[in-house]
Amino acid sequence: MERITVTINGNQYQALKGSTILKAAEANNIHIPTMCYEEGLSIPGCCRMCVVEVKGARKLLAACTTPVTEGMEIQTESDRVVEARKDILRLYLASHDLRCLTCERNGDCRLQDYCYRYKVEDTPYRGEQKKYPVDISNPFFFRDYSKCIMCGKCVRVCAEINGAYVYDFMEKGFDSKVTSAFDDPNQETACTFCGMCVQVCPVAALVEKSVMWAGRPWEMQKVKTTCPYCGVGCQLKLKVKDGRIIGVAKDKSGSNLGHLCVKGQFGWEYVHSPDRLTRPLLRKNGKLEPVSWEDAYNHIARRLSSIRDQYGGQALAGLSSAKCTNEENYLFQKFMRTLIHTNNVDHCARL
Amino acid sequence: MMPNRILICGGTGCISSHSRPVMDRLEKELQQANLDQEYQIIFTGCQGFCEQGPIIIVEKDSTFYCRVDPDQVPAIVQDHLKAGRPVEELLYTNPDTGITARTRDEVVFFQKQKRLVLHNCGLIDPENIDEYIARGGYKALEKALAADPLQIIEMIKKSGLRGRGGGGFPAGIKWETARNAAGKHKYVVCNADEGDPGAFMDRSIMEGDPHAVLEGMLIAGFAIGAQEGYIYIRAEYPLAVRRLLAAIRQAEEKGFIGDKILGSGFGFRIRVKQGAGAFVCGEETALIESIQGNRGMPRPRPPFPAIKGVWDMPTNVNNVETLANIPVILGMGAGEYAKIGTQQSKGTKIFALTGKINNTGLAEVPMGITLREIIYDIGGGIKDGKKFKAVQIGGPSGGCIPAEHLDVAIDYDSLISLGAMMGSGGLVVMDEETCMVDVARFFLTFTRTESCGKCTPCREGTKRLLEILERIVEGKGEKRDLETLERLGRNIIDSSLCGLGQSAPNPILSTLRYFRSEYELHIEQKVCPAGVCKALKHYRVIPEKCKACGLCKQECPVGAITGEKKAPHVIDPAKCAKCGECVKKCPFEAIVHG
Repeated sequence: MERITVTINGNQYQALKGSTILKAAEANNIHIPTMCYEEGLSIPGCCRMCVVEVKGARKLLAACTTPVTEGMEIQTESDRVVEARKDILRLYLASHDLRCLTCERNGDCRLQDYCYRYKVEDTPYRGEQKKYPVDISNPFFFRDYSKCIMCGKCVRVCAEINGAYVYDFMEKGFDSKVTSAFDDPNQETACTFCGMCVQVCPVAALVEKSVMWAGRPWEMQKVKTTCPYCGVGCQLKLKVKDGRIIGVAKDKSGSNLGHLCVKGQFGWEYVHSPDRLTRPLLRKNGKLEPVSWEDAYNHIARRLSSIRDQYGGQALAGLSSAKCTNEENYLFQKFMRTLIHTNNVDHCARL
Repeated sequence: MMPNRILICGGTGCISSHSRPVMDRLEKELQQANLDQEYQIIFTGCQGFCEQGPIIIVEKDSTFYCRVDPDQVPAIVQDHLKAGRPVEELLYTNPDTGITARTRDEVVFFQKQKRLVLHNCGLIDPENIDEYIARGGYKALEKALAADPLQIIEMIKKSGLRGRGGGGFPAGIKWETARNAAGKHKYVVCNADEGDPGAFMDRSIMEGDPHAVLEGMLIAGFAIGAQEGYIYIRAEYPLAVRRLLAAIRQAEEKGFIGDKILGSGFGFRIRVKQGAGAFVCGEETALIESIQGNRGMPRPRPPFPAIKGVWDMPTNVNNVETLANIPVILGMGAGEYAKIGTQQSKGTKIFALTGKINNTGLAEVPMGITLREIIYDIGGGIKDGKKFKAVQIGGPSGGCIPAEHLDVAIDYDSLISLGAMMGSGGLVVMDEETCMVDVARFFLTFTRTESCGKCTPCREGTKRLLEILERIVEGKGEKRDLETLERLGRNIIDSSLCGLGQSAPNPILSTLRYFRSEYELHIEQKVCPAGVCKALKHYRVIPEKCKACGLCKQECPVGAITGEKKAPHVIDPAKCAKCGECVKKCPFEAIVHG
C-alpha cells in the first residue's frame, strides 16, 4: 500500500493512501470523537462530531468521510473544531432525556463521555424537547426515542448486516425520528430480535430489558466466551454481576465481528434455570437417579455394544446436533460408521 | 401566406391571471370577424412581466398589450386588427414618467434586460418543436456532434459559465471531471427542483422553452460521454412537466433524442423524474438519492457526483438555467459569451423579482449589473412610494442586503462578500414596513421545516435558532440571545453536512450584520420599529385627539375599548387583540401603536 505524509496537529505522520482522516488519526493514536461512525457499516457522515479543520478548506470537514491527501494539514482539536463540537453536544443535550442518574447507560455513554471531554456541563438552548412513548412491545429490549441522537447506526446495522430493514427515518428536520414502517412497535415488524441495534446504540435509546435495574455498567464483569448454540462459534462477552449473567456485550475479536443472532444475544436465560440438567441421570428401577460421568459413559458404551453385537449395526441410528462444530460432527459420523457399523447417521441441521 | 401571429402569455403567472379565457375569447372573436385564417394564436411561455399579465403581443406591428381582460378582446379585434388602431388603454404606461409604450422594446422593464437564455420565452409555442427549430433550435447540437467532445468542454470552460443553481461552480470543470471519471455508464442530471420561495426562473424556462433544456442536456451528454439523462423536477410544476414530456416526445420523433442522433454515433435518452416535495432534494446528492428511490438525504462529499453519482456512476448535475445557457454559448461562441458579465462571473443571470416592488416578474440581466438598476429601472421601484429597506437575495439561505450596497456590481463573489449569495436568483424586495427580525424568522421557519434531519447541526440547530427568533419577536428576547444566534449560526455553517445547513443561518447573520439595532430594540426596549411584530405592538388613544365619537368602541371585536360620551376613550392592553381595526376606523387619527 502506498503511504503518504500528512500533518496532524503539527506532527507529521505516515498514512495509507485512500484512508480517511479518521483512520489515519486512529492509526497514530489520535482519537477523534464519533457518534455515527461504526466499523463495518457504511459511513453517513451525519453526526458531525468528527469535524476537523483542514488547511485550505472553507468549512470544517468530517474526518470519517474525507480521504487524506499528500501534505494535508489537519487540526483535530483547534478552537474552531472544539467550538463546533461543543455546540453539537449542546444541541444534543437540548432535546435529550437527561435523567442520567438512573440511566442504564450511565458511565457507558458516548454523549456523557464527550460532554466530559469537552467540558459541556449544560445547554443554553431551551425549547421543545423530543418526547416519545417508550416501545416495550418485545420481550428483549426497549426503544426509547427520547434518548435517541439520530446517529442512524441501528438503521444501518439492521439493513446492512442483518438484512431485516426494520428501521428507517421518518418525518423531516427536528421532527425526524428513527422508527419502523408505519411507526409500528418492534413486535409487529420483521424484526428478528438479533439485538445488533442495541449493541451499536451509543446512548440509551435501545437497551436490553434484562439489564434494567440489574446493575450499573461498572459493576458488571465482562466474561469472554463462545456462544454454545451452533457451530459458528460466535464470540461474545457475558455481562456478569455477582455470579449471575444479566446480559451480553459484543466481542469483535471473533469471526462474527461482534454480530450475533437472537439466541446468542438474548437466549442465555437457561443458564440459571432451576430445570436445567447439570449432571447425568440414569434410569434405575423406573426412576432417574444422578450418577457420575464415568458411570454414564460406561452404561452407554455397554448398551451400544450389546445391541450392535446382538442385532447388528443397522439396529442403531445416530442423530447429531447443529450445536456441535464441524469437527465434532465429523467424529460422530466416523464413530457411527466404523464402530457401530451403520450408515444410519443424521444431523438436526437446524438450531 | 403565413398567418400573422398573436402571442398570448401562457406562463403560470399569466394563466393565474386568466390568460386562458382571454385566449378562448380571442379565438371566438377572430372567427366571428372572419380573421381566423389571417391570424394564428400562439400560447407562449412566460414573458416575465407577470405583474402586468395577461400579456398579448400582436406580432405584425409588435404591439404589446397588458392586463387584458376577456371583455377587452373584442376591442383588440375590431379596433386594432380590423381598423388598424391599437387599443390605447391596454398599452403599458410607465407610472413614473407617464410615457406609454407601444412595443415590448419600449417597456422599461425589458430595456435593461439581456435576454439570451430567455430569447425564445414568450415568443414561441413551447409545445411545438418546429417553432424552436425555426428560431435556430438544435443547431447547437448539430454543431456539437460535428466536433470533438473535448473541444466542447474546452469551449464551456472558456465561456466562464458557472452553475446557475446557486453554487457557482465552473460548469466546464464539472464536465471535464465527469468525462475523465471511470464508469461503464454515465448520466446527465438536470436539476429542476426549484424550491426557493418566490423563485421561478427555471419553471419559466421549462414552460417557455423546454427544448433549450433538452438541447443543453444532449450537448452535456455528448461532451461527458453519457448515455442517459434525468430531469429531476418538482411535482408542483405540472405545466412544466407536461411541456417537457411533450418536448421529449417531439424531439424523439425528430431524431434529436434516441440512438444515433442526427446520424452520429451518439445515443441519448432523457427521463423525467418528479420530486415528492422536499426542498433538500434540490441539493444534488439528495436529488440523486431521490432518483434512486431513497429518502432524499444528502450524501457526504467526496466522492462528488461527477465521480460517483446516480447508481454510483459518474454523473454531471447541472441546473436548468445552466443547461439552457449551453445552446446559447455554442451559438454565439465562447469568446463572445465571455465578453458579457464581470471578470469572474460571465454571461447573464435570471432573477425573479418579488416582494414590495412595482414590477414583479422575471428579468434576465448581464452579470455585473447593480441591484439599483434591477430594483429601480427594471423593477420600477418600491410599491406605493415607500422607502427601500433591504433586498433578500439567494433564497432562504441567502442574505439581506441594505440600501448602502445597492450600487455594488452583482456577481457570485461580490454577493458572498456582502453576506448573501447568488442562490438560484430569487430577489425579495422589502420596504420600510418590513421587520428584519421577522424576515429572519420567516426564512428560518422555512429551513427548519425543510432540513432533512440527517446531520445534527442543521436538524437541531435550525430549530434552536428559530426558537430564539420566535422569543425575540414575542418580546421575550434576552440580551445574550444575539451572541448565541451568532455563535450557533457560525457553527451550523461550519459543521453541517450539505449546502442547506451550511447556508441556513445566513438570513440571521446578514440581518444581524446590517440591522443589529433592530434586534436590540426588540430585545431591550420590546419595540418593533417596523410595527410588524404583533406581540410588541401597543395600541393607545391620544386623549387630545379623541373626540369620543365611539366608532372604535363599536368596532373593537374584543371589547377592549371603554369610554363615556365626551370623554377620551381608553384601550385596555390586557384585552386588546392587536387587530388594528380601531386605527382604521378612527376618523381623527387618535389611535396609534408603537
